[in-house]
Amino acid sequence: MNHNNLDIQPLLDQLEMSLKEAISARGMVNPLMIGIHTGGGWIAEILHSRLGLEEPLGLLNISFYRDDFSQIGMHPQVTPSSLPVSVEGRDVLLIDDVLFTGRTIRAALNEIFDYGRPNQVALGVLLDRGERQLPFQPDAVGGQIKLSPGEQIKLSGPEPLELCINLQESR
Amino acid sequence: MNIGAVRTFPEIGGHGTPVDLQLDAEGKLKHFLSIEGLSRSILTEIMDRAESFSSVAEQQVKKVPLLRGKTIVNLFFENSTRTRTTFELAAKRLSADVLNINIATSATSKGESLLDTVRNLEAMNVDMFVVRHAMSGAAHFIAEQAAPHISVVNAGDGRHSHPTQAMLDMFTIRQMKSDFSQLKVAIVGDVRYSRVARAQVHALNILGAEEVRLVAPITLLPDEIESLGVTVCHDMDEGLADIDVVIMLRLQRERMKGALLPSEHEYFNFYGLTEKRLSQAKSDVIVMHPGPINRGVEIDSAVADGDRSVILQQVTNGIAIRMAVMSMAMQRGEG
Repeated sequence: MNHNNLDIQPLLDQLEMSLKEAISARGMVNPLMIGIHTGGGWIAEILHSRLGLEEPLGLLNISFYRDDFSQIGMHPQVTPSSLPVSVEGRDVLLIDDVLFTGRTIRAALNEIFDYGRPNQVALGVLLDRGERQLPFQPDAVGGQIKLSPGEQIKLSGPEPLELCINLQESR
Repeated sequence: MNIGAVRTFPEIGGHGTPVDLQLDAEGKLKHFLSIEGLSRSILTEIMDRAESFSSVAEQQVKKVPLLRGKTIVNLFFENSTRTRTTFELAAKRLSADVLNINIATSATSKGESLLDTVRNLEAMNVDMFVVRHAMSGAAHFIAEQAAPHISVVNAGDGRHSHPTQAMLDMFTIRQMKSDFSQLKVAIVGDVRYSRVARAQVHALNILGAEEVRLVAPITLLPDEIESLGVTVCHDMDEGLADIDVVIMLRLQRERMKGALLPSEHEYFNFYGLTEKRLSQAKSDVIVMHPGPINRGVEIDSAVADGDRSVILQQVTNGIAIRMAVMSMAMQRGEG
């Protein structure tokens, strides 16, 4: 299996800068950061501390909200979502590792709205790999990447945090 | 020990059909009819999933959209408030639509056959039947007859099995005690007529409990006791010695008429669970009961409401276990 690692630090730096711009451009007040389990949670933890956000970090596990449940089922062990602060009326920064089809973001938004009605939601991702199937655009991006057919990208972590591109095993 | 025995239901006419009817071609759960015939890994997956679903009940919005658009029919030919309501809540927390068919006032009481009832509901494009019936093998019969896309969950059939009750009991034990292989479990009371006890014995053996001990008068023990993989004890104090988990069974009062027991009072004197008796067991023993409890018949109020009782935790866990089973049976999808 071919694989190579991407340098993650410059991507984190770029995302941090991009998020600061988005927060100010959108006029977000005391934003609430929510990471999507698992990779988005690791990225969010780093950015939450870099941005010095006051509110505690939220974690979203979208397993119960996936749209492919009846096709591929669900992992039996699901770490519960934890949103320590109510999203009602708040400015939310939603964070994920890789943005691809947009289906994860759809599921995450549905779950967030089950908890309340946020004032606004901005999306920050470490990597945007394009090829969207739903109409989502990130507000803050660490970098872009285009993968060849058969390639996949995976974040492993939390320690060490590594981004790795490898060839999907043919089935 | 013979826990993988193929069971047939001659009283229904399903000659020689194995319990593997429960699994699809890939070995995934399709119907949940009995504990027998299932592997330890499937029972563990049910409990793992229930653990995941437990968190849903603690959220402000106690609902997830996994089974949105599915229709689940509660087909209860026998009354049961707790089982029916927890199945209903479980289905609703998975966002399924639920139909409660009250058989007492339905067409069955006008003479419609079980099969015709099933065919009619199938024609309404439902996806799952949750079946409670006084006859052993009823859920199995429906699973055999129903259209291929329909899943059937047994919510108690005659004396045969009550698998979701057994699994919520196993899940409660796992929450309180870590390792089944170190556990001595006593099941006390009316084992003979108890589908719950049968399902519990199978589940405990599959999960590898160190000892499953049945404590009951000889008149309340089943005939096939040798094949169950249990030890037997007729004395309550002896039966509770060194025990980690006590499961009390409801004494079905109708049995009193059948000359199996002298009186409720007498029964309590010999087999009722009191604080004093409980001191024979290990100091961290837990006390369970599937409900409804007969206070002062099989269990003293002080024990039922005491700090070693997990009876209400069992009720809470019933919802998560039923969510787990329903989601597993439905996740095969349309493919």
